[in-house]
Amino acid sequence: MIPLLETQDLCYTYGAGTPFEKKAVQNVSVKIHQGEFIGVIGHTGSGKSTLIQMLNGLIRPTSGKVLLSGRDIWEDPKKIRAVRFKVGMVFQYPEDQLFEETVLKDIQFGPRNMALPESEIERRARAAAKFVGLPDDLLDKSPFELSGGEKRRVAIAGVIAMDPDVLILDEPTAGLDPAGREVLLSEILDYHKKRGNTVLLVSHSMEDVARVASRVLVMNASHLQMLDRTEAVFARDQELESIGLQVPQVTKIMAELKGRGYPVKTCLTVEQAVAQLLPLVRKGDDRA
Amino acid sequence: MTRDITLGQYFPGSSPIHRLDPRAKLLLTIAFIVYIFVANNFWSLGFLTVVTFCLMAVSGVPVKMYFKSMKGILFIVLFTSVLNLFYGSGPVLVQIGFMQITANGIQNAIFIAVRIVSLILFSSILTFTTSPTELTDAMERLMSPLKSLHVKVHEIAMMMTIALRFVPTLLEETDKIMAAQKARGADMESGGLMQRIKSLIPVLIPLFVSSFRRAYELAMAMECRCYHGGEGRTKMKVLHMVALDYIALLFGAAVLAVVILLNIFLPTVI
Amino acid sequence: MEFIKAEDVHFTYDEPNEEHPDAPVHEVLKGIDLSIGRGEFVALLGHNGSGKSTMAKMFNSMLTPTSGKVLVDGMDTADESKTYDIRRQVGMVQQNPDNQLVASIVEEDVAFGPENLGIEPKEIRRRVDEALKAVDMYEYRTHAPYKLSGGQKQRVAIAGILAMETACIVLDEPTAMLDPRGRAEVMDTIRMLNHDKGITIILITHYMDEAVQAGRVIVMDSGRILTQGTPEEVFSQVDLLKTHKLDVPQATELAFRLSNAGCKFPRCVLTIDECVDALVPMLSGKGDSA
Repeated sequence: MIPLLETQDLCYTYGAGTPFEKKAVQNVSVKIHQGEFIGVIGHTGSGKSTLIQMLNGLIRPTSGKVLLSGRDIWEDPKKIRAVRFKVGMVFQYPEDQLFEETVLKDIQFGPRNMALPESEIERRARAAAKFVGLPDDLLDKSPFELSGGEKRRVAIAGVIAMDPDVLILDEPTAGLDPAGREVLLSEILDYHKKRGNTVLLVSHSMEDVARVASRVLVMNASHLQMLDRTEAVFARDQELESIGLQVPQVTKIMAELKGRGYPVKTCLTVEQAVAQLLPLVRKGDDRA
Repeated sequence: MTRDITLGQYFPGSSPIHRLDPRAKLLLTIAFIVYIFVANNFWSLGFLTVVTFCLMAVSGVPVKMYFKSMKGILFIVLFTSVLNLFYGSGPVLVQIGFMQITANGIQNAIFIAVRIVSLILFSSILTFTTSPTELTDAMERLMSPLKSLHVKVHEIAMMMTIALRFVPTLLEETDKIMAAQKARGADMESGGLMQRIKSLIPVLIPLFVSSFRRAYELAMAMECRCYHGGEGRTKMKVLHMVALDYIALLFGAAVLAVVILLNIFLPTVI
Repeated sequence: MEFIKAEDVHFTYDEPNEEHPDAPVHEVLKGIDLSIGRGEFVALLGHNGSGKSTMAKMFNSMLTPTSGKVLVDGMDTADESKTYDIRRQVGMVQQNPDNQLVASIVEEDVAFGPENLGIEPKEIRRRVDEALKAVDMYEYRTHAPYKLSGGQKQRVAIAGILAMETACIVLDEPTAMLDPRGRAEVMDTIRMLNHDKGITIILITHYMDEAVQAGRVIVMDSGRILTQGTPEEVFSQVDLLKTHKLDVPQATELAFRLSNAGCKFPRCVLTIDECVDALVPMLSGKGDSA
């Protein structure tokens, strides 16, 4: 099966040939399939932002290839905009990009650039608004009147409305409070399930990644450090810590217990940990 | 793309030029710009160019940076030179259609190019060796006599400080917003002039909105730090002229004398 | 010793509506009473819109109560003649590190506050150097702020307040826009200032792992104080926090769920280590086939 998105030996160097030359991404080869939910982690400067911007053709690789459904996206540079419609990208603090008079018009900006028929533009914009939980009465308001969390939703809807096969989100929950994070993350997960497309979620919150991702991609010092199932990645807690990344608290607790010889497995959520620990605790009670 | 701009970039250092009082540096830069226009033959202009190169060497800022600052205005230099190429009198060297290139035209072109290049290089010495705050501070002090004419000297200087501080931040933000709109399919690279101007709206509006937010937050931060205008305000870096500064000013006067002498006593080539 | 005192503070952003005096006004603060002692480290928690940022602005007279009183070191924040004296005592660091630095050079930015206070140049120099050393940014003193990381910028902003020699620093979500490394840097700095220099810290945050580092946690919800106490006392009320859209650290939640299922935890756990230490004596099966 041809992977939906594939990179071959992808490299990017900023300011190549100048004294400020900096290798941002080096030799990254990954295969991402239809319907996957991938968490992307790595600390600031690890190259993850450059990597994701190469995936939708905002940055042209210095060497190597990005293949979308098996075809090099830079085969014809004039058609790069079509790639950006298929690989949607939500930047960090996306509310900073809103500019239209009304929320609805702003969501329509992407579909309109795709030159779709007017009825289709309207349909997609309304469907996208629904996906991110924007009530209808907000659609005719100015985006600048909305609260921070609502603006964030409008911006995300603006990308979802292009109906991309791959949706990349760069820290969509940054700056929101715990309740806001929780709701937005659930909505993204719901959207992913209903639409069945591929999602890449860049996040500094290991708890969020552990909860939603099926695989995790780890970048470190411009190289690909790991790409594996979420359990497998977080089971390597010491390796992650050595490159400045944490694992979720509950994963760490279970890893500590395992290290002390208790028969527990890697956990990603509090629920999993409770399910594993309860039988062990009961046994302890019986003995006492 | 916007990362290449070196406008107002400061390279901390401890060269004699770095140590000069910013007021002396500012005055000398203005004087030098005047000199460049006073110089009317190759001898005097050549002399000023040599002085500029010497000062660049003394400044200790990598020569690469000076040439990088030239990159942005290379087009203007070429454009004005080429224009001058065709405005000359005397024997015709090359004939292209109705346009003629004469020996005189070539000299003109070179003269203008050297003029602009020295101008930029000399101003770069000032901006590379003087922090923006020092620079605005110097302007504030030099303009302080205007206070009696009710010119808000402190406010003007403060506005310049803040503007210089936020130039890189806003450039970075422009890059980010452009990328975000491109990701939504905005087309900024093709179409006619009107089309392109229209395609800037999705970038400019968010930029204005965020600038207002930044201004509001900055005003609040400044109030929190007890800012209340120039009244009763002190400065960490007190400006006082020392021997070095007077030597520099004397040097400036000497350069003027040499320029005038060269202007008068050596033949005008043009 | 009491340093800041709030008495029945009410606040509304809207001016009273003259045409419709009965129109409902949206009250952001609905009667806050609190007292903060010198040298305390207090975390102010609450979801967005709970009123915590509005309350923060009351502490240095950026806002004054619609009714009620805020006293800082005995001075009423509503007394305009005292505004600068209060801001000399209580400094503030905001969320966005980019929008609070004024000058293009780190040390010149740190000097901005003392310059406004009209302090002698030599003394400013001493304070700037000392403040930059305290936040471990001395070697960056001649750098341009825009080239620094978010965590470094926030530390410069903190140095800018320190150089005014304030007794108290209010930090309004200082880590919300930072990556984990920047967050850790800023939290280390805050703890050090409180512990080594005795500076009163009021930290507004919605990160629970930051709140547990404070000496006292105050939880706000819709303009009122919901609960307050030591981190152990506050975070042991897991149900209360959850119904008010707040989170607890995963370690605390794990312990809470296990104790609901009948396990007996000797006390509220807040950190990974506490959780592991509490679990070990309860568990059996060590050495069983893993």
